[in-house]
Amino acid sequence: MAKLVYDDTGRLLFTKEMKEEYTLLMPQMLPVHFGMMKKLLECEGYKVDMLTTNHRGIVDEGLKYVHNDTCYPALLVIGQLIDAVKHGGYDPHRVGLLITQTGGGCRASNYIHLLRKALEKADMAYIPVVSVNLSGLEKNPGFSLTLPFIRKAVYAMMYGDIIVNVANQVRPYEVEEGAADRMIDAWSQRLVDGFQAGKGMSRRQMRANFDAICADFAAIPVAGEPKIRVGVVGEIYVKFAPLGNNNLEKFLLSEGVEPVVPGLTDFIIFKIYNRVADVELYGGKWIKKAGCTAFMKYIEACQRDMIAALEQSGRFRAPGTFQDLHRLVHGYLGDGNKMGEGWLLTAEMLELIHSGTNNIVCTQPFGCLPNHIVGKGMIRKLKDDYPYSNIVAIDYDPGATRINQENRIKLMLANAKGLTHSEPARPREEPQVEREPQLAHANI
Amino acid sequence: MSLRVGIDIGSTTVKVVVLSEQDKLLFRSYERHFSKTRERALETLNAIRDMLAGQEIKVTITGSAGLGVADAAGIDFVQEVYATAAAVNTYIPDTDAVIELGGEDAKIIFFGGALEERMNGSCAGGTGAFIDQMATLMNVSVSELDELSLKHEKIYPIASRCGVFAKSDIQPILNQGGRKEDVAASIFQAVVDQTVAGLTQGRELKGKIVFLGGPLHFLMGLRERFVETLKLDGDHAVFPEDGDCFAAMGAALCATDYAPVPFETVLKKLEDSASTATVVDTMPPLFTSEAEYDSFAARHNASRPPEADISTYSGPAYLGIDAGSTTTKLALIAPDGGLLYTYYHSNLGNPVAIVLEQLREIYRLCGDRIVIKGAAVTGYGEDLIKNAFNCDLGLVETMAHYKAAAHFQPDVDFIIDIGGQDMKCFKIRNGAVDSIMLNEACSSGCGSFIETFAKALGYNIADFAKLGLFTQKPVNLGSRCTVFMNSSVKQAQKDGASVEDISAGLSTSIVKNAIYKVIRAASADDLGKHIVVQGGTFLNDAVLRAFEQELGREVTRPVIAGIMGAFGAALAAWDLHLDRSALLSEEALQSFTHTAKPATCGLCTNHCSLTVNSFDGGRRFVSGNRCSRPLGEEPSRLPDLMRYKYAKLRALQGKGEGDGSRGRIGIPFGLNMYENLPFWFELFTQLNFEVVLSPESSRKIYLKGQRTIPSDTVCYPAKLLHGHVEALVEAGVDAIFYPCMPYNFNEGAGDNNYNCPVVAYYPELLAANVPELKQVRYLYPYFGLHRPRDMERKAGEWFFNEFHIPKRETAAAVKAAYIAYNAYKNDLRNTGRTYIDRARAEGRPILVVCGRPYHMDPEINHGINDLITSYGFVLVTEDAVAYLEDRAPRHVLNQWTYHARMYNAARYVCTQPDMEVIQLVSFGCGIDAITGDEMRSILEEGGKLYTQLKIDDISNLGAVKIRIRSLMAAIEARKK
Repeated sequence: MAKLVYDDTGRLLFTKEMKEEYTLLMPQMLPVHFGMMKKLLECEGYKVDMLTTNHRGIVDEGLKYVHNDTCYPALLVIGQLIDAVKHGGYDPHRVGLLITQTGGGCRASNYIHLLRKALEKADMAYIPVVSVNLSGLEKNPGFSLTLPFIRKAVYAMMYGDIIVNVANQVRPYEVEEGAADRMIDAWSQRLVDGFQAGKGMSRRQMRANFDAICADFAAIPVAGEPKIRVGVVGEIYVKFAPLGNNNLEKFLLSEGVEPVVPGLTDFIIFKIYNRVADVELYGGKWIKKAGCTAFMKYIEACQRDMIAALEQSGRFRAPGTFQDLHRLVHGYLGDGNKMGEGWLLTAEMLELIHSGTNNIVCTQPFGCLPNHIVGKGMIRKLKDDYPYSNIVAIDYDPGATRINQENRIKLMLANAKGLTHSEPARPREEPQVEREPQLAHANI
Repeated sequence: MSLRVGIDIGSTTVKVVVLSEQDKLLFRSYERHFSKTRERALETLNAIRDMLAGQEIKVTITGSAGLGVADAAGIDFVQEVYATAAAVNTYIPDTDAVIELGGEDAKIIFFGGALEERMNGSCAGGTGAFIDQMATLMNVSVSELDELSLKHEKIYPIASRCGVFAKSDIQPILNQGGRKEDVAASIFQAVVDQTVAGLTQGRELKGKIVFLGGPLHFLMGLRERFVETLKLDGDHAVFPEDGDCFAAMGAALCATDYAPVPFETVLKKLEDSASTATVVDTMPPLFTSEAEYDSFAARHNASRPPEADISTYSGPAYLGIDAGSTTTKLALIAPDGGLLYTYYHSNLGNPVAIVLEQLREIYRLCGDRIVIKGAAVTGYGEDLIKNAFNCDLGLVETMAHYKAAAHFQPDVDFIIDIGGQDMKCFKIRNGAVDSIMLNEACSSGCGSFIETFAKALGYNIADFAKLGLFTQKPVNLGSRCTVFMNSSVKQAQKDGASVEDISAGLSTSIVKNAIYKVIRAASADDLGKHIVVQGGTFLNDAVLRAFEQELGREVTRPVIAGIMGAFGAALAAWDLHLDRSALLSEEALQSFTHTAKPATCGLCTNHCSLTVNSFDGGRRFVSGNRCSRPLGEEPSRLPDLMRYKYAKLRALQGKGEGDGSRGRIGIPFGLNMYENLPFWFELFTQLNFEVVLSPESSRKIYLKGQRTIPSDTVCYPAKLLHGHVEALVEAGVDAIFYPCMPYNFNEGAGDNNYNCPVVAYYPELLAANVPELKQVRYLYPYFGLHRPRDMERKAGEWFFNEFHIPKRETAAAVKAAYIAYNAYKNDLRNTGRTYIDRARAEGRPILVVCGRPYHMDPEINHGINDLITSYGFVLVTEDAVAYLEDRAPRHVLNQWTYHARMYNAARYVCTQPDMEVIQLVSFGCGIDAITGDEMRSILEEGGKLYTQLKIDDISNLGAVKIRIRSLMAAIEARKK
């Protein structure tokens, strides 16, 4: 039995011993990405379980242990972890909890602390909580993100994005139901097996894999007319996690539209870019700026590879680059708008509109602070600049019922169907001087 | 072509229309469905069988509750807003905008230019269900409410966001004698404000506006409020004859595109869909058997006071009156606690009349045998009743309840009281009230909430509650405020839950709300070992049972749970040991008269809404005031650092030491300017700008900018900014300066020095949403004041680019600005020190009000500071003491400058015996969900009381008073 060791501030540490004995539970946000992440952690010698539970009990546990006015994702993530410890058949003395920590002025950076408070309330303060972050916060002797691991994780994320992207473009049209999902499983496994063997983690190998992924998904038999596309943006958890957004993607599919969900890569680049922007806006160490710029450039290069693969496939729409998004948001929000999803959220809406996806669901937890500004706060201006944009803001919350949310989405969809008969979206006046031609790779 | 049928199944009603080939209305019906949606639709269709039998018809269903029915029956569905737009396009083609209010939805459709359709978000009450609730609250029918409103003389400001808020505004007005006519009109005005604020979101409502939906169809008073508010004339305000059925007509029009089906098939589809009901989310039953219920009932009925009979008893007696929010309770007791007389009734909006009638009855019953030796009053209407009838004592409700609970359970360590309107919970430690939790305005759906639901479903409350006792599968409705609950119930109805299941579910919801939202408990041990539950709501066995189930613990419910406040007041009256009570005598009651008149106090910027109550013999009682000035007395001004700071900041306008030659810079007086203005003022005046501050905040400023607020759940301080920048545009300044500041000053007290996202980025939101800002040079650069040397450089570049000011000049001005800011801060600390010294010299308690700097805005805090000092406290703010503590590790990420101050201030207060903390929290402040818990734990660990005041655009101070007085009572009790 591992001994409980605390640091100077009284924080319970995850020790090396625990690494041997304990199972780490992690919440799930993006099924594909996190699935690969889990496998990668296992390769590092951790015992990891990714929680895919989705039932009312999770919300109830959350309500019980987390301040009810806290944002919904915190309530869900913490509720899910506690529900798993209590009812998941684990030995509570042999589990640790993994949670990501982003830092930044949004209250989301407090999740880890809220989780600890919740554990204390539930008399489970003996369960170590491990922070996963890239800022060097909260170190643990038994858990460290090594550079090789981070590299793998970055690749996993890129692969996750391209797989989800192409799968989303195939799934609404697949002839044989479940074909896209089966292909996802096959590729996730194949990629992780490759990682273990040290494969797939160079730019060259990745490009080859990207092409192969595009080809495999393109080969899935499809049928039918192009469907109306609906973009999904929002606070990162409710945007991606089915638990958070009441299975939004599934609902959209059942309504006969094609969901378009911008990926995770831009968000990661965005978070790194914020450190660069901080130095530019307020001053600071050049070395920090240089380091972050280099890291950012590397991921951006990978992103360009991904876009190139999609474009060359001749079958799939490709998203814009991070720099494209950044350019689009000029005139809407400043570079310093970095809390939560910051300017990236508005940029994603703009990119969707520019690439012919005028219909957008903007998701947020009820009372989400950054989204007052970057989500709901920008819709007026978007509507002024792009009269045919069709955006609905949906709040998620333990008390908000699905019927209420779906009814509002249905209104947006009814408009979308009406709008397809009228003009396509076009800016009322060209808001920006230069626009990259590559943004026009919109329609299939 | 065939006849077209549109069926609109809303949250409370079913509308069915039949359209001819020429779009002529052949049939229409509008009926309440009492949650029997499908059956009601079927009945109506059967009733018009003659018209449709044997024909092929085209049919679609629409409406918020229609989706489920349509899915189950396999009939096509059209979204209701879309259907409405179709109907308006066909029947009133030159419309500019449509406002439609339904049972629970509010919608706006803009035509002309780009079509825009909006529905209220998930937190937006002010609709038909809200009006129903308000009518219930006032004990009138909806049509009576309408008639009353047409005779109004004044409009009270009532929170327009959410039904629950409005309710807590209305209740005190009624209890303090406000006219029903005025309240009725104010309710409709709240609906109008809600619709305009919540749904227009920057697009102007003008031109020809069509009003649709049941409430707007039937309620003339509501129409009047809309027409007046939007300044419409007869040609531009259209109320179509069939305005209540437009969505159904739209559905029928939309049916044109679908294939015709034989009428009988449609009927069959609807009939067959009945059996598909599934309830997914259920809970264990409340009781599994009658026997279980019987032993439960027997256990609780054992807690009762001794028997006493008013018709035979002779001797002294003590009277307690609890003038609660919805009900008035009286208890007359003998010295042994025996109940001689009790009364429990809805106060029908006029507690004075009820008490008068009851006192007459009591005097009659007492005859010469019984002498009333003391009378005490508690509850919302305490002041009014005390003054009306000359009671001997007024005491705060929490104390009254404690007295009563201790009578039945001397070891009581936790009391929860759920009344009609409010919920009070408190812990008892060492015989004193230790920690008080009142429901925040957002979760106040208590007893009256079930009652409203019961009525909406066509039951009286007692029958409704009994329905749920034995159901096998209560539906899980979650724990949220009323507005959310409406949609949860809607969902349950859609899923086919029975009224029994819903009844049991609602009882459990109330309990969950209490335990998890108000008390914030994770387990029974968090509450206590000896829990006493009281309040009228606990007389409902379903609620009581759900409470015990949820806690897994047996609790004490006295038989007189409904009148515990009055009983406690009577005990308090007995404690006075008077020879005789000053209560108005039987003779004096003969000539008793009471009239109430509304008035607005104009003596300061608070503009309190007063109610002037006049009684016989020229006695008067004024309520609604925050200070004693309207009573003709100068208020005693105790030191108040909020007031001091505010005056100091307001003085920062003009040219300062400069000559103003570079032009006039407008600065909106809001959010972070309450902290940073000394810096910016010095910077701009040093650079020879003249600084123009926006006017002081007021409701008028808020209303001015209300229509451009894009997110109705953002905090009130942020919402005010819209009006502030508009006022600056009107003031004709050369430029408006409002910088984006993700970072605040670094005071070294936390792990980082952020502002919250709203404070940080609101300038950008204003740029995107306030059209007036396009007429002016609006400057909203990013600046970071936390790095003074970089700031010199960055400001140098910026002022050079914007105004061609030489960089060296700016650098000097920035240096001066930092000095000015530090001087301001030091002055506050020194002044705080002087105030504290003075308090100690005079032996006064000190209250440290913790909040954000902008909470000193009187429009935001509604004069809470005046109220606090009027109770004899000396008031200082968190920044006056926070610096006295160093940084210490916290259990949360301590990364916001303003919050780090609050934590330190709380820690400092824990070391000072004569200081207490009150935390001000703006509704909608997500960050205070985190800080509130942390503040509580700091203070409780330090042996202090935690008191939180939630503030919003509501300005009624009833709940605030209870908290402050409870705090005072608790301080008092601790001293003993």
